[in-house]
Amino acid sequence: MFARGLKRKCVGHEEDVEGALAGLKTVSSYSLQRQSLLDMSLVKLQLCHMLVEPNLCRSVLIANTVRQIQEEMTQDGTWRAVAPQAAERAPLDRLVSTEILCRAAWGQEGAHPAPGLGDGHTQGPVSDLCPVTSAQAARHLQSSAWEMDGPRENRGSFHKSLDQIFETLETKNPSCMEELFSDVDSPYYDLDTVLTGMMGGARPGPCEGLEGLAPATPGPSSSCKSDLGELDHVVEILVET
Amino acid sequence: WVGRGGGAGGGNDIQWCFSQVKGAVDDDVAEADIISTVEFNHSGELLATGDKGGRVVIFQQEQENKIQSHSRGEYNVYSTFQSHEPEFDYLKSLEIEEKINKIRWLPQKNAAQFLLSTNDKTIKLWKISERDKRPEGYNLKEEDGRYRDPTTVTTLRVPVFRPMDLMVEASPRRIFANAHTYHINSISINSDYETYLSADDLRINLWHLEITDRSFNIVDIKPANMEELTEVITAAEFHPNSCNTFVYSSSKGTIRLCDMRASALCDRHSKLFEEPEDPSNRSFFSEIISSISDVKFSHSGRYMMTRDYLSVKIWDLNMENRPVETYQVHEYLRSKLCSLYENDCIFDKFECCWNGSDSVVMTGSYNNFFRMFDRNTKRDITLEASRENNKPRTVLKPRKVCASGKRKKDEISVDSLDFNKKILHTAWHPKENIIAVATTNNLYIFQDKVN
Repeated sequence: MFARGLKRKCVGHEEDVEGALAGLKTVSSYSLQRQSLLDMSLVKLQLCHMLVEPNLCRSVLIANTVRQIQEEMTQDGTWRAVAPQAAERAPLDRLVSTEILCRAAWGQEGAHPAPGLGDGHTQGPVSDLCPVTSAQAARHLQSSAWEMDGPRENRGSFHKSLDQIFETLETKNPSCMEELFSDVDSPYYDLDTVLTGMMGGARPGPCEGLEGLAPATPGPSSSCKSDLGELDHVVEILVET
Repeated sequence: WVGRGGGAGGGNDIQWCFSQVKGAVDDDVAEADIISTVEFNHSGELLATGDKGGRVVIFQQEQENKIQSHSRGEYNVYSTFQSHEPEFDYLKSLEIEEKINKIRWLPQKNAAQFLLSTNDKTIKLWKISERDKRPEGYNLKEEDGRYRDPTTVTTLRVPVFRPMDLMVEASPRRIFANAHTYHINSISINSDYETYLSADDLRINLWHLEITDRSFNIVDIKPANMEELTEVITAAEFHPNSCNTFVYSSSKGTIRLCDMRASALCDRHSKLFEEPEDPSNRSFFSEIISSISDVKFSHSGRYMMTRDYLSVKIWDLNMENRPVETYQVHEYLRSKLCSLYENDCIFDKFECCWNGSDSVVMTGSYNNFFRMFDRNTKRDITLEASRENNKPRTVLKPRKVCASGKRKKDEISVDSLDFNKKILHTAWHPKENIIAVATTNNLYIFQDKVN
């Protein structure tokens, strides 16, 4: 189901002695990678709101990918049904990716008031960000895959969040976003650090089996840096605000 | 391969040679200089490029020098003008980019040339005309334009035209605005030469070239509830001969052919072209790589070509259930899809084009490589647009990407490819074997070797 070559690498570790354990490892590894893909997709969807009018085709394709993952996870049973009270909590700022990335921050944030459609959606990721090192982010990503409670219960609200993403594509108001950013204590550029952790960190990610696209000699135009370049741009805007 | 002039080849392969390169030399690319579209006119004498800064540059082929017949005429700058300016949408508080998404030429009807250029929201009809004479000898005006005092005029003379240095003027003749909520991705001129279509992510509009305050909506795939949106329009084109027929492609890899005679709103297609998915290749990225980035009818009108992320497909209009030919552009990327998704390269929109006789198709790839597929011989070739081979009449050396295993000499491994050097836009002269290939900010012109 995933990009070719990944599963083979995991299966290669199987021995008769390890047997079932190895099988479990393969499955979990796949779940972990799938989860990483889901998180990456959600971040992409949010990022595309930050700059000029989002590319609708790209957003639709990413959203469809997210839906596919969601469907598969529902079939697997790894997607827990949401409890009614959880759904009533403001779903917009409980987007999955932010939970994975900054679980330590949750305790301080407390409950958010249900925000308006256009800006609340973007308030979530910004206010939840906290200074995390790549290593921390990696551990969060890892642990989230194994954690069956906590973040899972919020995932049922995910579907609604996705729909609201599309509404924001029509009603986005960036000037509102900048006001929100100006109140944020945690520096936004840490998202940069977090994403670096996601992309090229020491721990296995969804692209682990792949050499990565950066050439062997360090080059300024490494292919994986285009997202970060975008982030730099956003950071510049924010730091000046 | 096609021999000279586009007719059936004599069994000799074409040898592509470097001819010219236009644009800045340094590696530091100014964003405004990024080429966003390339298009030959109907005779091939003119070659237009549009860039991210909203400018259009037109090159003209100089007349072949009969004595120096070792190469065809060179293309030199003919006209440069600012087509679109950045705008601001006050309602949404968003910038409207001035980037030129597409240029389409009108067939020439008189001395002037006409083209349509579009950004995300507005289409403009430009008239490009030459002026090589100027009137002199007015009675009431001095040569510098100042008015004479009529009382000082004692004799009358007839003004005459005198030659002057050639001046090429571009003037906007029509502005077709305010008809698209979403971003325009295609424009296509109808074979009736009176109407044209413009397509954005969710709608297609039909315009008359003379009328700017009205357009007809002919396709609308916007769902009543935007939450249900799962598919967008990615490209559209009129049939080259049937003025009632057009096609549009989608992000789900389908192409719909519509007949405007059937109804005013062509939401119901006449034909739906879709290839069943290969279950063995299924992944989370299947849909994204099936998204069609370009659709082009053959000159004959019998076939159409689509480009998706990894392949080029040729469809026979009479067969909807699968393409008649499929060519792999860079299959070695299939195992890298996750990384390409991460860095957004998987969303790159490559275009494709036919040669004049519909026997060869061409499309771009990464690392400034571009590919050609000969439909008759089934041979393909990979070439590189690079300043390293920039001596005129240097034959381009075929390139090869090593997917895995031992890399042979002169091959390049997948991991060494530069994904920032992408060739998205290519164009083929309608009659000759001359091609224009756009790298990020340079335009390369290649020709076949002339003996």
